[in-house]
Order: sequence, then structure tokens, then C-alpha cells
Amino acid sequence: MKINPAARARAISSLAPGELKRALAAVPWIKCLVLGLALGFFAVFLLLPLIVVFAEAFRKGLDAYWAAISEPDARAAVWLTLTTVAIALPLNLVFGVAAAWCIAKFEFRGKQLLVTLIDLPFSVSPVVAGLVFVLLFSTQHGWFAPWLQAWDIKIIFAAPGIVLATIFVTFPFVARELIPLMQAQGREEEEAAIVLGARGWQTFWRITLPNVKWGLLYGIILCNARAMGEFGAVSVVSGHIRGQTNTMPLQVEILYNEYSFSAAFAVASLLALLALVTLAVKSWVEWKARQALDFNDDKQDIAP
Amino acid sequence: MTRRHKNVLPGFPLTLGYTLVYLSLIVLIPLAAVFIKAADLSLAEFWAIVSAPRVVASYKVSFGLSLLAAAINSVFGLLLAWSLVRYRFPGKKLVDALVDLPFALPTAVTGIALTTLYAGNGWLGKPLEALGASIGAALSALWLDFGGSAETAAALAEFNIKVAYTPLGILTALIFIGLPFVVRTVQPILEDLDPELEEAAASLGARRWQTFRYVLLPILLPALLTGFALAFARAVGEYGSVIFIAGNMPFISEITPLMIIFKLDEFDYVGATAIAAVMLLLSFVLLLVINVLQAWTSRRIRKGRR
Repeated sequence: MKINPAARARAISSLAPGELKRALAAVPWIKCLVLGLALGFFAVFLLLPLIVVFAEAFRKGLDAYWAAISEPDARAAVWLTLTTVAIALPLNLVFGVAAAWCIAKFEFRGKQLLVTLIDLPFSVSPVVAGLVFVLLFSTQHGWFAPWLQAWDIKIIFAAPGIVLATIFVTFPFVARELIPLMQAQGREEEEAAIVLGARGWQTFWRITLPNVKWGLLYGIILCNARAMGEFGAVSVVSGHIRGQTNTMPLQVEILYNEYSFSAAFAVASLLALLALVTLAVKSWVEWKARQALDFNDDKQDIAP
Repeated sequence: MTRRHKNVLPGFPLTLGYTLVYLSLIVLIPLAAVFIKAADLSLAEFWAIVSAPRVVASYKVSFGLSLLAAAINSVFGLLLAWSLVRYRFPGKKLVDALVDLPFALPTAVTGIALTTLYAGNGWLGKPLEALGASIGAALSALWLDFGGSAETAAALAEFNIKVAYTPLGILTALIFIGLPFVVRTVQPILEDLDPELEEAAASLGARRWQTFRYVLLPILLPALLTGFALAFARAVGEYGSVIFIAGNMPFISEITPLMIIFKLDEFDYVGATAIAAVMLLLSFVLLLVINVLQAWTSRRIRKGRR
């Protein structure tokens, strides 16, 4: 017979049941101290910087705010950022799904290495990420310089370089959300569908996708937030040409360095708003995923 | 049936092939370019670039402050994770959601917000400088009272707490970006902890501190170390949130990624590549360490659940 350690401990314990309860209850002063330290730290290091962004953005009033975010350079920056995301996000999404499918549903040699390599862009400094594309595509010094000059193609200090750098830094987001999720779900449901005569695509759309939709959505919003906000890598390849190769974060930097603080914070507040929306969607997705999990547990309870 | 279970799912060659090609084109080949370019240098030339005094000073700033920030985050990240899992307080859901803010907030926004906050006229910078000045004045007066020299007293009176445009500012930015790594690695472990462990310890007469030190901390340690390593890895390479607040004074507050930017601005591509190669090697080592730590964490979780 197996006795669980807690029951055994209780059996030989010198404490009465009431004393044990008291020994486990939270001590008020410890709770106050821990909560005070934790929430104080949270307020100073996380909350205040967020509040300051909006306070500075609206310091000169709504009209100045509106003027700052609707002037042509700011609009061009917003447009370039959106275009970049529109290219980078779908590419990384397709990659993420493909990678998760082969890693989660099949066994092969070197799988662990592949998973590690997919995570690699996360541990590379953004500045190094920008540099690698300069080394490859710089019109004067890059590997492909002669070819780029012959065809008069500009990648570095132009939009294609920005897109490439963004794809690099947001590369792992979708894949790393999907891989553990699809691994946990196993492949019985898909196998059943195939055996019953479903096509590969049908199986993916009808079985796999509904099972992982929340994780997928989470990966997409994280990827989107990073793609819109990337600074270091994009800064290296952009060349900072106003109205042409400035994304929103770069526009923030330029305005700030020109001492147009209110305008800088106005553009920054758009990015901060995006961050808040991202966090809200994330919380909602986690709540949905937990609900789905509870629902499945209920189903199992009812089953004989 | 003795035959091995055959995988009937389709699409393996296609998805694996696509994954490998895309990974090579976007990540592996570009990163290889750094090492191939760095190989143009002789070993002596390479060493001269990466061990130049100003570059070495930047390593000290980047590594030292990243270690310190990760250590501070380990302590406060554990406290925050503990509060979120064990205590009930108003606004808990909001705090839980906002812990991820550094992941979602663009680094340039973080940079200008922290700089404004800690500058001499900022919400936190102003009171900190006033506090620093009064501490300085008090120390100086005390020194004179005890018969110290006037020069030292004058030097003490200069004492101040400046955060923006000093290494302290860099530390603040690195703490900001590293915090969620610790909270999010420790939190799930705390949630999954079997309450019977603490019951057992308490009924055997352990005091709270003993229970924490000898029962909980060993279980949390792998996750804490993983969070520390993740926060450190992120901090070492961080650029956007740091450059605004750093002040970027040579030998004092220049970080290593900034050295790469300087070399690039001077079109010294080879020099930039040499420093980048050093940073990449460090990234690979850290990635390895983090993988080992994560394997340890998941083994420890399985044990804790049993």
C-alpha cells in the first residue's frame, strides 16, 4: 500500500490539526511585505513608464497630438510599418504552421536541434540581426553588391531591408507557440480523419486548425507587436530617410533627438496603445484557451 | 499486432523541406555571413579589434549591468510571481496582464519613456536628485563635524543620485526588459506546486522560512535560473531601450551593440563584424545553457508532481 508523504507526515506530526492549519495560513505581515515590495517594484518599473508615455503625448493638448500623428512624415512611417507587417507576418505564419506540423506530428533525427535553431533569432542582438543583412546586401560592400549594382536594386537603406530584418527578428513567434501545443495534442484525431478518408488539407482545416486556433492567434499577435515595434535591427538597415525608410519606432527616435518631445511621445503613444491591445488580446486568448480546457475536462468526466 | 505503428499523416516531406529552406534563407545563411566575413581577418587583427580598450569597457558595461539586472529581476520577479499565485489583491488580473508589457512595448518607446521619467526634471529623476543632494550635504557636514579635511567634505557634497545618462539608467532599462522572463518562468511552477509538500514540512515542525528555504526554493531553483539566464541573454543584446537613457559616454556608459553601430557608421564593416562575431558566440553559449536549464526545469516539475 502506498501512503502519501503528507499523510505520513501528518501521522507522525507533533502538531494538532488546528495548529497545522495555523502553521500554513498566510502571516499578515509577511503578506504585506511581499505584496508591498512586489507591487511597488511593479509600479515603479512597469506602470510609471507606461503612464509617462501618455502623459507626455497629451501634455500640449489634443490638437497638438492630432497634428503630430497626422503630419506627412508620421503618416508615411505608419504606412511603412503596416506594409512591413503585412509582408513579414504572413510569411512567418506559413513557416510557423509548416514547422509545427513536421515537428509535432512526426519523429525524425535532429528534431531537438531544429527546435533550438528556430529559437535562434530570439537570442541574437537586434543590432547583429540588422548587421547580417548589411553584410549580404549592402550596395557597396555586400556579398551580392555586384549583382545589386548591375540590376540597380536597393535593399539596404530601403524598404526591402526593413522587411528582411523584421522577418528575421519575428521569425520564431508563431512556430514556438504552435509546437508545444500541437505536440501536447498528439496525432490521434488527425490519424482518425485520414483513416476515414479525409484529405490532408481537409484534416488540417477541420481538425488541426480548430484545435490550435487560440495558440495560433496568440503567436500572431505577439509576432505583430514585435514586427511593428522592432527598433535595433530596423535602425541598422533603414538609413533613416524621412518619409521613406522610417518606420514608427524610427520616427519616434528622430523626433525625440530633434527635441520634439510631444510629437515623439504622440507617435510613441500609438505604439504603446498597440502594446496594450496586444496584452488585452493575449489575456482574452488565455482565458478562452482555459475555458476550452475546462470544457474538455468536463467531457471526460461525463464519458464512462 | 507486432508491426510498428506507421504514421499515416501526410505532408512530412513538404513541411520539413519548407521549414529547412526558410530557416536556412532567413536565419542560418545570414548568420553564417558574419563568421565568413570575420574569417577575412587574421587572428591578430581580430583580436586587436575585439580587445580594443573602448570595446573591452563596453563588455564590462554590458555584461556587468546585465548580470546585475538579471539578479535584481530574479529577486523581485520571484516576489511578483509569488504575489500573483499565492495572494489575492485588487487589480491582480491587471497586474498579471501588464507583467508582459516589456514584451509588447517597442524598445524605442521604453527608451524615451524611461529617459523622461529619470531625467533631472522627470517625475522620478527630480526627487531622486533632491534626495541625493541632501544625502551629500548631510555626509559632508558629518565629515567636517568629525574633523575631516575640507577637500573630502567638498567631494562628498558633490554626491548625487543621477539615473538618466549614467550606468544606473542602463540598469533601469535592463531591469524593465528582463522582468517578465523571470515572472513567466517561475509562475507556472509555483501554480503547479503540490500543497502537500508544504503541509508535510509544516506538520514535521518546519518553520515557514525553513519550508521556503529547504522545500520550495530547491524546486523553484531551476526555473529561477532559467529566468535569470533568459533575462541576461536579452539584456546583453538589448539596444533600443538602452541608448536613449545611457548617455553613451565612452568607457563609462557605452554598451557593446552600440560599438557595432559606431563601426557601421564609419563604414568599418570588418570591425563591426568582428564584434558581432563575439556577441553571436556568446548568444550560442547562452542558448545552450538555457536549453540545459529548461531540460532540468521540466525534469524537476515531473518530480514535484509525483
